Amino acid sequence: MPGRGWELIRRVQAEPLVFDGGYGTMLFAAGLVDGACPELWNDTRPDIVRGIHRAYFEAGSDFVETNTFGGTRLKLDAYKLGDRTRELNEKGVRLAREVCPPGGYVAGSIGPTSHIVEPYGDVTEAELFENFREQAEALAEGGVDLFAVETMMYPEEALAAIRACKAVTDLPVMTTMFFQYEELHDRDRTMWGESPPEVAQKLLAGGADVVGMNCGRGPDRAIVIIREMRAVTPVALIAYPNAGLPITRGGRVTYELGPEEMVRDYPGLLDAGANIVGACCGSTPEHIRRIAEVVRARRGR
Amino acid sequence: MSDNDFPYPLMARALILGDRETVGRMTREGLDQGLDPKAIIFKGLIPGMDVVGEKFRRNEYYVPQVLLSARAMYAGLDLLKPLITASATSGYLGTVVIGTAQGDLHDIGKNLVAMMLEGAGFKVFNLGRDVAPETFVQAVREHHATIVGISALMTTTMPAMKRTIDALAAAGFRDRVRVMVGGAPVTQAFADEIGADGYAKDSTLAVVKAKELAGAAAPARP
Repeated sequence: MPGRGWELIRRVQAEPLVFDGGYGTMLFAAGLVDGACPELWNDTRPDIVRGIHRAYFEAGSDFVETNTFGGTRLKLDAYKLGDRTRELNEKGVRLAREVCPPGGYVAGSIGPTSHIVEPYGDVTEAELFENFREQAEALAEGGVDLFAVETMMYPEEALAAIRACKAVTDLPVMTTMFFQYEELHDRDRTMWGESPPEVAQKLLAGGADVVGMNCGRGPDRAIVIIREMRAVTPVALIAYPNAGLPITRGGRVTYELGPEEMVRDYPGLLDAGANIVGACCGSTPEHIRRIAEVVRARRGR
Repeated sequence: MSDNDFPYPLMARALILGDRETVGRMTREGLDQGLDPKAIIFKGLIPGMDVVGEKFRRNEYYVPQVLLSARAMYAGLDLLKPLITASATSGYLGTVVIGTAQGDLHDIGKNLVAMMLEGAGFKVFNLGRDVAPETFVQAVREHHATIVGISALMTTTMPAMKRTIDALAAAGFRDRVRVMVGGAPVTQAFADEIGADGYAKDSTLAVVKAKELAGAAAPARP
């Protein structure tokens, strides 16, 4: 039964929830090649995409995101698939819905367009809004429970996406940004130079219902970012960092943190104030299984 | 007004502040006064971009400020480039062919590097994104490039960097060009592993590395 996002928002006030893990990692392992469109697999390889969703639910995810990270027209146009925007997003939702267990939820993933807004770049805020509106509408019609606006690099794009989601439906919107770690200052900032508290306040003012971080570095930085956000807001916070930094060996790329190493930071991440935790690039269902163990242990308290 | 009297520091300051109107106006004024176009580039624009790069490295400037400064730089550079004849290109630090690895559609960071290299005094040919190894080879041949820059944001497209280096070797260009790689997931270890000549973790350090590879710590003054 779709559209239950507000139930999730109520639940998270009482207990921590588990989001899912990486998709790119899993899709490439399943044979997606360089330069191919991941969202096209919602049509051509539904079995694979559905299998990834199922694996995360079975590992303990309370909710998963759709395989629609690059599902804006601007992004799909790069693959000459812009005309299939509606179809690929709707199909993406359906695949997650088909394996969503009772009590589980589906979040519609909305990622960045890879374009920069004027005057710095080549798109207008109106174009950004229209791209996100089109995608959000398709995701809502497909039957998501909420939205996951994620990996955003700069505030105008994140805010345009939030506005677009709210314009098509009243479902909750989670919004997370990408932070880089500045070694020189031992601090985390967006590519636009904003601190975690600034980001939290800006996104909440823009209408987001849950805010936080994803991608970027590993859970060690997520702890710092969430702690700083928690200092300025009582709302639900989410963190789904990468499995550490990528490492290359013999032309193959892996991530530095296996499930066991990664999960060590999750009690600290919950203590810092995260209400929803998951993982991003380089993580697998096994990472989520270990993370879910930590979260479930907390719920019993 | 002679070259010595021209207010180059004001021009550099306007560039640092991202004031493209002032940079464009001062460029036209300099040309009207008969200044050498190369002098305007090397005494006005490049010192300004050097400061921008340093501010970016120190996290005083972020992407928006760098993009505004780059836009101001082009307000001058676009007027000056057509005036520099082939015989006068000796002042360039080198010729760079730059692009995103095959299969990778991300080019924001790569464009930043291209702008900074151009602002540092390199001649830059930006091939765009999703650039096939053969396209890199063809561009090196056509432009007599001395440096090749390859970028990747996705870990899955990093192997295409190696294929590009292999293609350059197969075409007989490996001794002639220095290859630089960069992008969020790229590391020095990866650069070493695929036989690249240089790696830089951001656009400011990419300029430093490119100068090092070009064997020119300081630009030849016009």
